[in-house]
Amino acid sequence: MRIALNGKAAELPDGASVAEAVAAAGAGEEQRGVAVAVEGEVVPRGEWDATRLRDGQAVEVVRAIQGG
Amino acid sequence: MSEQADTATGGLELGGRTWRSRLIVGSGGFRSLDDLERALEASGTEILTVALRRVDPLAKGSLLDVAERLGLFALPNTAGCYTARDAVRTARLAREAFETDWVKLEVIGDDRTLFPDAVELVEAAETLIDDGFVVLPYTNDDPILARRLEEAGCAAVMPLGSPIGSGMGIRNPYNIQIIVEQASVPVILDAGIGTASDAALAMELGCDGVLLASSVARAEDPATMAVAMRKAVEAGYEARRAGRIARKRHAEASTPDEGLPDLGGPSSAP
Repeated sequence: MRIALNGKAAELPDGASVAEAVAAAGAGEEQRGVAVAVEGEVVPRGEWDATRLRDGQAVEVVRAIQGG
Repeated sequence: MSEQADTATGGLELGGRTWRSRLIVGSGGFRSLDDLERALEASGTEILTVALRRVDPLAKGSLLDVAERLGLFALPNTAGCYTARDAVRTARLAREAFETDWVKLEVIGDDRTLFPDAVELVEAAETLIDDGFVVLPYTNDDPILARRLEEAGCAAVMPLGSPIGSGMGIRNPYNIQIIVEQASVPVILDAGIGTASDAALAMELGCDGVLLASSVARAEDPATMAVAMRKAVEAGYEARRAGRIARKRHAEASTPDEGLPDLGGPSSAP
């Protein structure tokens, strides 16, 4: 299936979890300070493994940077 | 910071917590994480603002490591948000990422001025407060808007001195004074600080704290400027507490005329 991962098209296996999308975004190893929104809604860390993505969904994976 | 210095500057009551330092430092604009870390240490700050952006797999070093090493509270902001909806979503992401319900709320109107969009700002503040957030809004130097934000339940109001990153200091000290006079939550001067005297002025006007970034981050020597800012905030706070003298247009001698010896000159001033 195809999702929009941080604004770019990404191929993930059908039924992939949010956790897999986090890894695909490059935040697999250092997950401290990382958060995920699917279609603009936050998915709590405790639900990353159990939450399955659907084709066409927009996933944003963010973390802290310098700012403000 | 020594204990003596702590007592001298008093504590900042903000969001139900007491902070020793009245200086909040933004993490943006530093040339390197090393520069940032040295400046943070020199500033004596306990609060560091951080932003949220898409994960960059190539990014090196961790801002959160720096915060952790120095024992600083990482305060997420909603920098770059133009609508209440985006700011609320960003704040919720930040709450998840940093496990804090504190947020420095920024909702800007355009990228040339980076002035807050008052309508969207108030709407975002109301939504986030309903959602249990401790909201610290970056706002205009507008006393009415500041009052609306306080009435909405914000934990502080953070008026700008001049545009973000401009280094223009405090363009409307009279409005800042009005905001201070009417506020019952802390007032933190946020944005526009260029050099130490601007930070001191903010405190002399009665602000409870100063939030700055560019003036330190983009100084030739950030760590030394951070020291200057720490001292300026302390000096301004003390001067405010001490109660300054009134401004007068004419001199007032500090030495008495009585007992002045007669040395043969004119007996009195013309």
